[in-house]
Amino acid sequence: MLAFHVNGKTVRVDVDPETPLLWVLRDTLHLTGTKYGCGMALCGACTVHLDGQPVRACSTPLSAVVGKRIETIEGVIRGSGRRVAEAVQAAWQRLDVVQCGYCQPGQIMSAVALLKSNRKPTDADIDAAMTGNLCRCGTYQRIRAAIHEAARGLA
Amino acid sequence: MDLSRTPAISHRPMDISTDTARIENQSRRHFFKGVAGLTLAIYLPHAAAAARGRAVAPKVSAFVPNAFLRIGDDDTVTVIAKHLEMGQGTHTGLATIVAEELDAAWSQVRIEAAPADARRYNNLLWGPMQGTGGSTAMANSWEQLRKAGAAARAMLVAAAARRWQVPTDEITVNVGVIAHTPSRRKAKFGELAAAAARESVPAGLRLKDPREFRLVGKQVLRKDSADKVRGEATFTQDVYLPGMLTAVVAHPPRFGAKVKSFDAVRARAVKGVVDVVAIPSGVAVLAKDTWSAKKGRDALAVDWDETSAFKLGSDAISARYRELAQTPGSVARKEGDAQAALTAAAHVLRASYDFPYLAHAAMEPLNCVVRLSPERCEIWNGEQMHTVDQMKVAELLGLKPEQVTLNMLYAGGSFGRRASKDSDYVLEAVNVARAISGRAPVKLVWMREDDMKAGYYRPAFHHALEAALDPQGRLVGWRHRLVGQSIMAGSPMAGMIKAGIDPSSVEGASNLPYAVPNLLVELHTPTDIGVPVLWWRSVGSTHTAYATETFLDEVAASTGQDPVAYRMALLGRHPRHAGVLRLAADKAGWGTPLAPAARGERRGRGVAVHESFRSFVAQVAEVTVHADGSVRVDRIVCAVDCGIAINPDTIRAQIEGSVGFALSAMLHGAITLKDGVVEQSNFHDYAPIRINEMPRVEVHIVSSAENPTGIGEPGVPPVAPAVANAIAAATGKRLRRLPISPEDLKA
Repeated sequence: MLAFHVNGKTVRVDVDPETPLLWVLRDTLHLTGTKYGCGMALCGACTVHLDGQPVRACSTPLSAVVGKRIETIEGVIRGSGRRVAEAVQAAWQRLDVVQCGYCQPGQIMSAVALLKSNRKPTDADIDAAMTGNLCRCGTYQRIRAAIHEAARGLA
Repeated sequence: MDLSRTPAISHRPMDISTDTARIENQSRRHFFKGVAGLTLAIYLPHAAAAARGRAVAPKVSAFVPNAFLRIGDDDTVTVIAKHLEMGQGTHTGLATIVAEELDAAWSQVRIEAAPADARRYNNLLWGPMQGTGGSTAMANSWEQLRKAGAAARAMLVAAAARRWQVPTDEITVNVGVIAHTPSRRKAKFGELAAAAARESVPAGLRLKDPREFRLVGKQVLRKDSADKVRGEATFTQDVYLPGMLTAVVAHPPRFGAKVKSFDAVRARAVKGVVDVVAIPSGVAVLAKDTWSAKKGRDALAVDWDETSAFKLGSDAISARYRELAQTPGSVARKEGDAQAALTAAAHVLRASYDFPYLAHAAMEPLNCVVRLSPERCEIWNGEQMHTVDQMKVAELLGLKPEQVTLNMLYAGGSFGRRASKDSDYVLEAVNVARAISGRAPVKLVWMREDDMKAGYYRPAFHHALEAALDPQGRLVGWRHRLVGQSIMAGSPMAGMIKAGIDPSSVEGASNLPYAVPNLLVELHTPTDIGVPVLWWRSVGSTHTAYATETFLDEVAASTGQDPVAYRMALLGRHPRHAGVLRLAADKAGWGTPLAPAARGERRGRGVAVHESFRSFVAQVAEVTVHADGSVRVDRIVCAVDCGIAINPDTIRAQIEGSVGFALSAMLHGAITLKDGVVEQSNFHDYAPIRINEMPRVEVHIVSSAENPTGIGEPGVPPVAPAVANAIAAATGKRLRRLPISPEDLKA
C-alpha cells in the first residue's frame, strides 16, 4: 500500500508504483475532473498540484507522490489557494470561457498556480505559464482575459 | 456519475458502489415526478412523416409527440436538447429558444440531453435521422422549439385563466411569472404546471415578434460553465459502471489489414489484465483499469494480414492527384465556356494547391461505454450520429433499434469525428463487449496514439485553378479542378452523390459567388485510396475556401486592384457576402497603414470571405513574418452573418475558437503516410496552436432578420486564406501547400 494526500485526505492505494498518478486519481479514486489527453505531458489536461506546484499527472508516477500533497480540480476550491481558485472559477464563468470543457480543469489548475505566485501577470507571463495547456476549441483569448479578470478580483 | 437523471448530462462522478437497483429506482422516481409536470405534444408534420419512415405526399400532416420541455412543480423548466453539446454551445442555444417563447427566467432553466429517438428527436434538416452536424442545430430547431415554448406558455396561460376565472388576454407572462394585474394575482410556472398539463395545445399559436425578444440576441451565459470549471461535467471518459472493464485495442498499422494471429501471453501476464479478445478491428485487451489495459495492449504480439492493406505514401498519393488534375473530371458546375475563355484570354493565371489529411484530434480521445444484456444494449457516449449508431448496433446484435439505448453525455470536442459514418468506434466497443459475452460493462478507450493513427481524417485534396482575364483585367473565365476522396461514399448520406459529385467535396468551389461569365468546376474522386476519411469541421470549405480565396486574391493583385474592391465588384448578386466583407474591412481599418514592422520583419494585411452552412463570414488578418520565415498572426477581424443571432456571445466564442482551430491546421497540421503507415502519433508531431500563437480576434455580428443558420463551422474556412493573403501582402509569396512552411518565407 502506498500513501499520499489528495485534497486534504490521506489515501492508501494498492497500485503498481510506476502507474501514472493520472490513472490512480481517475480509475482508483474516481476523481474524474483530472483528464486524460495525451499521456506524454504535451496537453496539460491532467494538470494537478504536487505540493503546490503544477505537474502533469499523466507523466508523474505514483512513486513520485508517496507522502506528498496532491490537489486536484475537485479540491482546489477548498485548499490553500482557495481564494485564488474561487476568483479563477468565477472569472471563467463570467467570461464564458468554456466550450467543450474537457481541457478546462487543467487550464484552471495551471491558472491557479500562476496566480498563486504572480498576482499581476502580464500577457507574456500568462503565455509562459499556460503554453503547456492545449485547447482544441481555441478558447485561448478568453483564458487570457479570464486570468486578467481573476487577477483584478484578487487585487 | 449520478444516473438518477439519465440521460441528463450534468452528472457528478459516479460512486463505484452504485448498484443497478439504485439506478433504476432513481430513474423511476424521476420519471413519475416528470409525469406530474407538463410534457408537451406539438404538431410537426415533417417530423411525423419522416418518423414513420414512409413516403407521404407533401402537405399531408399528422401528429407526433415531441417532448422538448418539462416544467416541474418545483418551478424548474427542463429543456430536452436533441443535439450533442460538444463545445459549440448548442444546449444553451436550444434552451434559449424555448425559454424565449415560454417567457421563462433564464435562472429556472435546466438542460437535459435527449436519448436516441429519431421519432421525436430527428434533425429536421436530415429527415428521419437524429444527429448533430453541418451546423444545423439552431437552423432546424428554431421554429420547432419556438413553437414548443409558445405552446407551453399558452397552456400555462389557459390554466391560469381557468383557475382565476379571468380572460386569457388579460394575463401576462414575464420572467417566469404568470400574472393577472387587474386582480393582482400571480403564480410561478411550477404552481400551474399540473393544471396546464390538463389543457390542450391551443390552435393558432402566436410566436413573438423579434422586437419582443428578451433572451434571444442578448447576453445569456452558458448553462454548462459551472460544472465544466469545477471538473464535475461528465464525459464518456468519466463513466464508471459497477464491474466495468476497460478495453484498449491494438489496431493494424496499415488501413485494411486484418489480424492473422496474436500472442497474448505477455499481455495476460500484466497485472490487472482480465481478457484478450480478437475483434474485427484488431485485438482488445480488457483490464480492471486503463493503465493495465494499455500496458497489456503494448505487450501484445500481433501478426497482421496485410493482403488488402493500403500501402501508398503521401507523396505517391499527391503525385497521383496531380496527374488526375491534368484530365477533365465530373462536372460540378458549368456556366458559359471556360475552356474557350481561357484559350482566348489576354492573360491566364494558373495555380495548384495541396492539402494534407487532417486528424480531428479532439481533446477527449475516442471512447464509448457499452453494457450488454440478452435483450438490450445500453451505450454511454457523446455522439453526433444517434440514429445511425443505434441502427448499426442493433443490426450487429440482432436487436431492434429501440433495444439499443443511448445515454448522451458531453463530448470533449469532436469536430465531426463522433459523427462516424461507419459507427466505427461505437461498433468496436460493442464488438469488445460481445466478445466477452456481455459478462461485464466495457469502456473502450482509444489512447491519443490510437486517436491519431487509427483513422478518419479530413481527406487530402489537390486543386488546380486557371483564371482568364480580358485586356482590361476583368475576370472572364475560371476553371477549377479538384481531386480528393469522397466522404459521403459509403456513408448514410451516399444518396446525395449525384453524377459523380459528392457535394461535400466541392462545396465552396461549385458555389463560387463571384460573377464570372465562363465557369467550370470539375471533380475527380479516386476510389482506390484506402485511407478512411470523414467530415472535419467545415468539411469541403476547409480546402475550397483556401483555393478560391487565395487564387482570387492573386488575380486581383495581378490587375493591380485592391482585394476588397475587386471582390465587391464581383459580388453584386450576393449581398450577404458583400455585407460581411464591407463590415470586416471597415472594422479592420482596411486601407489604413499597418503599424510598421520591426527591423527584419515584414507585415501585411489580407482578406477572405466565404459562405458555408448558409452563414457568411469575412475576415481580415494582420500578420508579421519574421526573418526566419516564421509567421505570427497578430489580429483577425471577423464579420459574421448567421441570421438572427440567438446567443451573440456563443457566436463570438465560436468564431474565436474557429480561428484557433483553423490556424492549427494552417500552421502545423498534417497527417502523412509512409508506405501506408501514419507517421504522426501525438501532439508533438501533430501540434495544435498554443496560447502564445493565438491572435487577437474581434467579432462583429451583422444584424439580421433572417432565420438562424450555422455557427459552429463557418468561422473556420476564411481564416487560412485571409492569413495567406496577408502573408502574400507582406512577402509577395503565394503559399500553395498547407501547412505552410517557414522555409518558403525566409527573408
